[in-house]
Amino acid sequence: MLTKRIIPCLDVMNGRTVKGVNFVQLRDAGDPVELGSIYAQEGADELVYLDITATVEKRKTLVDLVTRVAKTVNIPFTVGGGISNVDDVKALLNAGADKISINSAAVKNPKAVDEMAREFGSQCIVVAIDTKNIDGIDFVHTHGGRKPTVLQTREWAKEVTDRGAGEILLTSMDHDGVKNGFANEITADLSSLLAIPIIASGGAGKMEHFKEVFTAGKADAALAASIFHFKEIPIPELKKYLEIEGLSIRK
Amino acid sequence: MDVAVIKYNAGNVQSVLYAMERLGANAMLTDDWETIKKSDKVIFPGQGEASTAMKYLKERKLDQLISSLDQPFFGICLGLQLLCEHSEEYDTTCLGVFPIRVKKFPPNEKVPHIGWNNLQQLKSPLLEGLTDSSYVYYVHSYYAEVDPRYTIATSHYMHDFSALLHKDNYYAMQAHPEKSSEVGETILTNFLNL
Repeated sequence: MLTKRIIPCLDVMNGRTVKGVNFVQLRDAGDPVELGSIYAQEGADELVYLDITATVEKRKTLVDLVTRVAKTVNIPFTVGGGISNVDDVKALLNAGADKISINSAAVKNPKAVDEMAREFGSQCIVVAIDTKNIDGIDFVHTHGGRKPTVLQTREWAKEVTDRGAGEILLTSMDHDGVKNGFANEITADLSSLLAIPIIASGGAGKMEHFKEVFTAGKADAALAASIFHFKEIPIPELKKYLEIEGLSIRK
Repeated sequence: MDVAVIKYNAGNVQSVLYAMERLGANAMLTDDWETIKKSDKVIFPGQGEASTAMKYLKERKLDQLISSLDQPFFGICLGLQLLCEHSEEYDTTCLGVFPIRVKKFPPNEKVPHIGWNNLQQLKSPLLEGLTDSSYVYYVHSYYAEVDPRYTIATSHYMHDFSALLHKDNYYAMQAHPEKSSEVGETILTNFLNL
């Protein structure tokens, strides 16, 4: 039976993880490869590396990182952050990334999604959507959720699916960092509306939130960062809990 | 142990090479007939689309080579589908090692089938050490039908399909062992030990 996926997200800058982590067993808390390996051993189903480097050297440092991760980590991983064209994608997939994720670049140039999907297959193209509710309507935001767009979230998600996206990574800016639970309603809407998997992100604070997003939210996967980095919820405990709650989980 | 990983226009071969490296095998990416023929083991990886891949293999006569090898051979993902007789993906005639047809998943559930799913009805030394609660990582829209003569494990998504196939020296797996954590490493190690 296909299982629900638990995905830790690691923010990296210049090849180093930036959000603080308090893993005692880490020799180097800033090494994204070592942290990724530990998550893999703990039972993470996939990893997402989000690069927030903002320099011209960006692509080179990202390719180096992907190479190091691919050599060491034995589970699938996605890489995102500033990817804008087919050449970027090619370099990262050739270095060993399983999937890439694009966000602002897709909003700026929607045809990039078609081009990437045609060239490499939908299975490796994740479109990340940052959504925020404004006066009762969900709008797509870019630039880390800071910049509003005129695109409505459900319509945009449908459009990128038609253009060839293989998965949607949906982050609710209203829920992100609040630890009050995922945006179950819009996650469920997208999951019912679209024939591709939805990865829910933003708002995880308790183990119950994961159960809710997989049941009420109909998510295929759930992503979180700080609660894993700060060990507020250890992955093995989370998976045990979800299994007892009757969800299909990889042991 | 020399392992030839067949070089053709398929994606994500790097991960297979890295997995071999982690297991201590000397793997090389090659499309050279002699190198492939004299290697101890052959891996036929793949991610991509069937008709383009078959065209590429035929142009380089790799199709004839693949069907004529004697050493243990392992097809992965698209590699499994190409070893079958026919794929619905652009109505493609494949290599025909396994007289099995490859079909597209119906749209009843989300397609592609992406994520971790368990192996069932295991029956092969290749799967020694694994159980029906062993999970492997899948990313695919097409699947090989179950044939009791060749299917050595199944997985279930909407219906049962062939998770692994075996005939003579040919083995194949629909999921990605190179991305399937310890379970994948067990399968690859068992293959290297054949």
